[in-house]
Amino acid sequence: MKTAISLLAFAIAFPLAMQALDQPFYIGFGARVLIYAMAAASLNLVLGYGGMVSFGHAAFFGAGAYIVGILAVEGTRSAWIAWPLAVAVAALAALVIGAMSLRTRGVYFIMITLAFAQMLYYIFVSLKAYGGDDGLSLPGRSTVGLGLELRNDLTWYYVVLALLAATLYLLHRLVHSRFGRVIEAIRENETRAAAIGYPVYGYKLACFVISGAIAGLAGALIANQSSYVSPSLLHWIQSGTLMIMVILGGVGRFWGGPIGAAALLALEETLSGSALLGDYALHWQLPVGAILLAIVLFAPQGIVGFFARRRHA
Amino acid sequence: MSGILFLEQTLNGLQFGLMLFLLAAGLTLVFGIMDMINLAHGSLYMIGAYLMASFVAATGSFWLALPLALAATAVVGVALEMSVLRRLYERDHLAQVLATFAIILIANEAVRIVWGPQPILLNAPAGLTGPVELPGGVQYASYRLAIIGVGTAVAVLLYVLVTRTRVGMLVRAGASNREMAIAMGVNIRRLFTAVFALGAALCALAGAMLGPILAVQVGMGENILILAFVVIVIGGIGSIRGAFVGALLVGLVDTMGRALLPIGFAQIFPPQVASNLGPSLSSIMIYVLMAAVLVFRPQGLFPARG
Repeated sequence: MKTAISLLAFAIAFPLAMQALDQPFYIGFGARVLIYAMAAASLNLVLGYGGMVSFGHAAFFGAGAYIVGILAVEGTRSAWIAWPLAVAVAALAALVIGAMSLRTRGVYFIMITLAFAQMLYYIFVSLKAYGGDDGLSLPGRSTVGLGLELRNDLTWYYVVLALLAATLYLLHRLVHSRFGRVIEAIRENETRAAAIGYPVYGYKLACFVISGAIAGLAGALIANQSSYVSPSLLHWIQSGTLMIMVILGGVGRFWGGPIGAAALLALEETLSGSALLGDYALHWQLPVGAILLAIVLFAPQGIVGFFARRRHA
Repeated sequence: MSGILFLEQTLNGLQFGLMLFLLAAGLTLVFGIMDMINLAHGSLYMIGAYLMASFVAATGSFWLALPLALAATAVVGVALEMSVLRRLYERDHLAQVLATFAIILIANEAVRIVWGPQPILLNAPAGLTGPVELPGGVQYASYRLAIIGVGTAVAVLLYVLVTRTRVGMLVRAGASNREMAIAMGVNIRRLFTAVFALGAALCALAGAMLGPILAVQVGMGENILILAFVVIVIGGIGSIRGAFVGALLVGLVDTMGRALLPIGFAQIFPPQVASNLGPSLSSIMIYVLMAAVLVFRPQGLFPARG
């Protein structure tokens, strides 16, 4: 609770501080962090709490983004239509993919989710009417009415923050509910959970669909963030990046997804700006890789786990 | 038309499949013996191709540069195994994914720093630049035929190594039951370093041979890595025979799909739709193939364990 309040206070104050410092660029950057925080939190639900290593989460993220993009170029820009539809389509995709993938386990589950995500990736590459390989530029951000103008970056930031806060609240309720306990029990020992009488497959599928739906919402937001969608949102590198965020933050820890997303994006942003490395900033991926490697080797529980352990010690 | 096209595409598929096999063979053994997901396998392929380009430039001879590139990449592979990967065997798959993903980032940037961001041109060896005429009057690139020859020879050698030698027996023992192999006195660590060196050399061979056909560039490892994973999942993790069959299946399905699906669609759909649908659907084919295999044989075609 204390963590939630201090993080929320920081997130509310951040754009105001940036505005005071005359650094409006970082308001957009902050919104991007919040969106990836939502996507990573959704992945952490299946990966951390459910123990299902989905290597195809970008499929739901990208599907949500494309629904908003396609509707926008077809003339439907209302957020009240586009965003729920994005969530619904992502949930449906998760239902279909999950129903087939959850029959396998272990490494085979990793690979089959990857395979389905790659199929969706190539489908969007082939949609020449909607940009194909080149991606699709949106005419602008969605419209919500209510006197809110999402074109304004500050308004946009707070809308994203409100949605993220609501999503995280729901996720918190979910993982501490009876449902969440069962999901964790299945992760720990599937056979025992089944023996007690829980319909294991149904629980896992429900968890997978909820996670996919949230990823779809994050996708709908990322399409608005840059007013541009491209198949790279569904590429396996994107799935890998989301996974990196979760592992970096802390698998199965509530703040693991958001903290990991913020840490990775902040790291990339810092190292790719030329202030720190000068001309070598061009090669920012090298130090990012080195830092990630160091974290795996020396902080096996991720960032959240690293600090939690020190607090308890 | 169709007979010649069919033969040509079969050969292309065979050639691509054999190169995939070189990558998948190392990957499936690493995966099978140490239960280790190594995303950096594609980076060794990339490094192999770049080293090959440099050695060709230095020696002026393709066939002189090839063994040098193989040896150098094997050294890189062993260095990687002994410095980083060795610490990851006892960790879970997620830690392995994160660490080897980090290695991809490092390797890509290191290559960019050393060789620059531009793709490098690697020429086919002199004497293998033109086409040859196959029986039946088909013109086919002689270099691609050479790839098929090299790939087949290596596959046979590997088969003999794994099924007919003592080292191969240890490798198979490690893949089918690691704990039991250790209990029987196999030095699995040393064995694994050796397997890793071999896998890296095979990566370099694939990179060097494919270099003149595909571009030598940063990121070339990522896409082919996923194909190699698809191959080993179809074939059954840890099985060389599975990797061979899986690689040929994926190579043939991918190449034939790319060539034949657009033609097939042209009969059904208007040309505009067909030219869009064909290439992407053929990209999807191999994933459909993998999903289908997993539904009917969840352990792959030739499971190594059990």
